[in-house]
Amino acid sequence: MSTATVPARAPKRGGVTVAASGSNRPSRSRARRSLLTAIIFLAPALFLLGVLIGYPVVYSVWRSLFDASGDNFVGGANYATMFTDPATFVAIRNNVIWVIVAPITCTVLGLIFAVLMNRIRWATAFKLIIFMPMAISMVASGVIFRTLFQENPDLGAVNAGLVSVHSAFSGGSAYPGARPRDDSGLEGTGGSIRSSTSVPTGGSQNFPLVGILGSTLPAGATDAVEAPTAKPTDISGTVWLDFVKGGGGTNGQVGDGKKGLPGVTVDAIDASGAVVASATTANDGTYDITGLASGSYRVGLPATNFAAAYSGVSWLGPTLVTAVIILAYVWIWAGFSMVMIASGLSAMDISLQEAARIDGANEWQVFRRITAPLLSPVLIVVFITLIINVLKIFDLVYVIPPGSSLPDATVIAVQLWTVSFGGGNDQGLGSALAIFLLILVLPFMIINVRRFRMEREQ
Amino acid sequence: MTVDLGIVKAKRSVAGRILDFFGKGVMNVVLIIVAVFWLVPTIGLFLSSLRSSTDNSQSGWWTVFTRPAQLTIENYTNLLGNSQFMGSFLNTIEITVPATILVVVIGSLAGYAFAWIRFPGRDWLLVVVIVLLAVPLQVSLIPIARLYGSIGLFGSILGVILFHTAYGLPFAIFLLRNFFTQIPGEMLEAARIDGASEWRIFARIILPLGLPAIASLSIFQFLWTWNDMLVALIFTNATSQPVTVAIQSQLRQFGANIDILSAGAFLSMIIPLIVFFAFQRFFVSALLAGSTK
Repeated sequence: MSTATVPARAPKRGGVTVAASGSNRPSRSRARRSLLTAIIFLAPALFLLGVLIGYPVVYSVWRSLFDASGDNFVGGANYATMFTDPATFVAIRNNVIWVIVAPITCTVLGLIFAVLMNRIRWATAFKLIIFMPMAISMVASGVIFRTLFQENPDLGAVNAGLVSVHSAFSGGSAYPGARPRDDSGLEGTGGSIRSSTSVPTGGSQNFPLVGILGSTLPAGATDAVEAPTAKPTDISGTVWLDFVKGGGGTNGQVGDGKKGLPGVTVDAIDASGAVVASATTANDGTYDITGLASGSYRVGLPATNFAAAYSGVSWLGPTLVTAVIILAYVWIWAGFSMVMIASGLSAMDISLQEAARIDGANEWQVFRRITAPLLSPVLIVVFITLIINVLKIFDLVYVIPPGSSLPDATVIAVQLWTVSFGGGNDQGLGSALAIFLLILVLPFMIINVRRFRMEREQ
Repeated sequence: MTVDLGIVKAKRSVAGRILDFFGKGVMNVVLIIVAVFWLVPTIGLFLSSLRSSTDNSQSGWWTVFTRPAQLTIENYTNLLGNSQFMGSFLNTIEITVPATILVVVIGSLAGYAFAWIRFPGRDWLLVVVIVLLAVPLQVSLIPIARLYGSIGLFGSILGVILFHTAYGLPFAIFLLRNFFTQIPGEMLEAARIDGASEWRIFARIILPLGLPAIASLSIFQFLWTWNDMLVALIFTNATSQPVTVAIQSQLRQFGANIDILSAGAFLSMIIPLIVFFAFQRFFVSALLAGSTK
């Protein structure tokens, strides 16, 4: 540290001579010469910084006070529009969500990875895998995540995974779109199908259904048969597809190769509407609800039998698109915080922790009182870097959402582009948004300068 | 005896205890799952790029595991024959290489001045550079679009290069100045006494000794410029656009052409990935040296 700061802040040699003796011609000319050299060395940098960063800041402040045409002074009107216009307000709201969620998630994941990584033999490979997305452009990452989260479960990997997990748990026995054959004594209400009249115990209730493609039946389905006569405490019957390919057969009657519907849940419902017992149909479509108290019941097939097949989640729709984009961001930046924190951990002197443990401190005390404070400078640097970065986020938000959900995903930087280049053509409002962004970053500039000064005074 | 045991027990770290609790096997399994989750997106893109457009519009990339016969390099041969895409690829190189060289040259000149030349207002100017580190580049878009329009730089590659150079400079100056100040002052003093000019000191002492920092900066700036989309989106046109903008404009007709898109995106990733894996150490030290960009 001392080698880094002493020569930089203590201009002992040249500086002191210049101040002490103005008449000392050799050192005065030397000082003048070093000023000239400094100007030559600095000129290209200062020119580019001045023209491409300095001037634009000043110009933007000025421009933000004028209207879209740039001719009329409007004062703070653009800044007022920013908070009242629904589109820019959504952008500001989303930026707040981003700043709250993304940096914390990245830092916490990075901390967990960095701590756990030291415990495995393939730490280098793990580090490279997590860190690699940092090398990929946000555009390419956007393409990746947009493909992964496509809504069609045949194309989007995430929905494909969800659908297969879902069908593994629900048994995959749904008959979407099935409805009762007309005039079969059945009624369909709210997606469920039930008998129109009550059935006494020992009786039977058949369910001839239509509206299902024969080709979509489960492989195990066999020809439907009449259920055997029910015992006095049972209600039995058959659920079948009341349709013969190529025509023929009698409507409402089994036979002629009509297939039973296996796996359908059948409920017995009492007078109060409560389900008292249920059964599931066999491969030939027969069911037998047993153990019923003597009386009469309505028999019904609940709506779960006929719900449309689960087709995943609309990830890129208006409600979830921001979550997906933040996930893509975390995928890219978790590696950054992991690498930073890992180097902080490895540079740490562990003798303090050892001493505390010998003095009887428990692990939580060691972490809270020693490890965390020692690691906090690194955590703060990571956190601040991520916040500055997240405030300016553009590419991912511009690339991932389909056009229809972009207005719901928009952030300040995207809105700035939209209003001033992407058709809005209002560079007054655009400049106001740019200055707003600059103001948001201002506290972190001050922190940077303070940190720099503190380092130099050490 | 019991006291000794107590100390030995207390010496185990939190992670150590978790390890004992779950066992090493579980830890490995968890991290393998994490690593797989991190790899799947890239692998999926790569496999999509190796499937025909018909396959990509009908089924997902994971079907290659059951039907490997569908793999084809057709998309890549198509892209290599597509002059517009290859043009944008060349544009990316024509933007990235000069922008990296300019930042290194201009940044090390300024870094040397801040580290070793005494001039009035130096500390104040350095604070300005540190403030500029965090300026969002969005602030410059509107004013520079106007400026470039009036001096005829709009749509040119030079305009994009200058923009990236300017926004790379604060970080470059900060990083190099910090590194250069650690070079032993006696070496420079000795050279000055021998009558060496500042230029000579810069070229013969500072640059060779500063090479690790210059390498870090180069990798960082290279990846940064290569992967940029926003600046190029505004300042380039159809003939000067880099590959990121080309991919982005393909996205507008997304769905019909995931094969072109995935092959293009993967091609655009190859060079950054090679640079990243080859010089990973330098990239990390650039991040560690001053992560405020």
